[in-house]
Amino acid sequence: MLVLLAAAAPAAAACPKTTLGDVEDEVMCPVCGTPLELATEAPQAQRERELIRRLVDRCRSKDEVKAVLAAEFGDEVLALPGDDGFDLAAYLVPALGILLAGGALGASALRWRRGQRCDWKRDPPLEEDEPETAGVRAPRPPSGPAPGGAVAKRLESDLDRYDL
Amino acid sequence: MKRVRSPFAIAAVVGVAALIGLLAYGLGSNRPDRGIEQALARGERVGAPAFDLPRLSGGGRLSLADLRGRVVVLNIWASWCDPCRAESPLLERWHRRISAGDKGTVVGVDVLDVSSDARAFVREFGLSYPQLRDKDDSLRSDYGASGVPETVVIDRRGRIVAIRRGPVDEAFMREKVLPLLGSPG
Repeated sequence: MLVLLAAAAPAAAACPKTTLGDVEDEVMCPVCGTPLELATEAPQAQRERELIRRLVDRCRSKDEVKAVLAAEFGDEVLALPGDDGFDLAAYLVPALGILLAGGALGASALRWRRGQRCDWKRDPPLEEDEPETAGVRAPRPPSGPAPGGAVAKRLESDLDRYDL
Repeated sequence: MKRVRSPFAIAAVVGVAALIGLLAYGLGSNRPDRGIEQALARGERVGAPAFDLPRLSGGGRLSLADLRGRVVVLNIWASWCDPCRAESPLLERWHRRISAGDKGTVVGVDVLDVSSDARAFVREFGLSYPQLRDKDDSLRSDYGASGVPETVVIDRRGRIVAIRRGPVDEAFMREKVLPLLGSPG
């Protein structure tokens, strides 16, 4: 007798194996076309909930409850789109989106790297012997042809305004 | 000067257009088929889509072909549906009336329901006509049904004569079913 009780104790401790809340976000209300947890008023949803409660009370696991629901209402009750016809789009569109996003990221990364290379050509990194004080790069001598004419005059007047 | 568009902009436009197209297709394909009503409105009798469904009691199946030669009042119902409760006594009365002499039968098709609840419903109303179970909702989509209750009247030659989207009443049964009982087809 004691052996039987001891054997039954773990089984009782493991019951219930799931809850209504745990199941209802993974199944649909077939009449409403929404997940069961969102269908609060529909009479069919109430019946479905009662059935889940009864099954939970009988110590059925979540998978077993879902199997019973699928047997009662068909596979559409499972909150997973079908794998044919228009439902297939539910799998294809996100996959396509991920591929496109990955491609866009890759292309952006390539573009960014090319841009970096161009910057280096225009503005090469510091050489080891180049003077640098307290992390501040020393001013570089101007490169390219010196401005002339009106531009040079304007530059002069601008520089005069600053006390350098 | 010719402006060159970025391939990203083109891809984004194509992606958005594809999503809008998909949404439109999804909305269009989920709409119930009203072809039967349109044919009836033109005064035509259309062939009833075939069905072969398990009995609600669990014993055997019943198909439309099994009922050929009889007038069939096909009633789509669910135990949680209040109008279905209201029309059940009327359907039972009419089944007794038309099944006399094997002229016709009412056939109930339980949909979107817990089968134990449906069987309790049948017991509660003492329904004696055949009850089938459409677990996959295939019959509803074949008949363009979008809710419960809905009733389809099929003549002896397997053609749809009338559809009622909603509960039936005495006047509908008299007008649509009674004339078929005397006619050979």
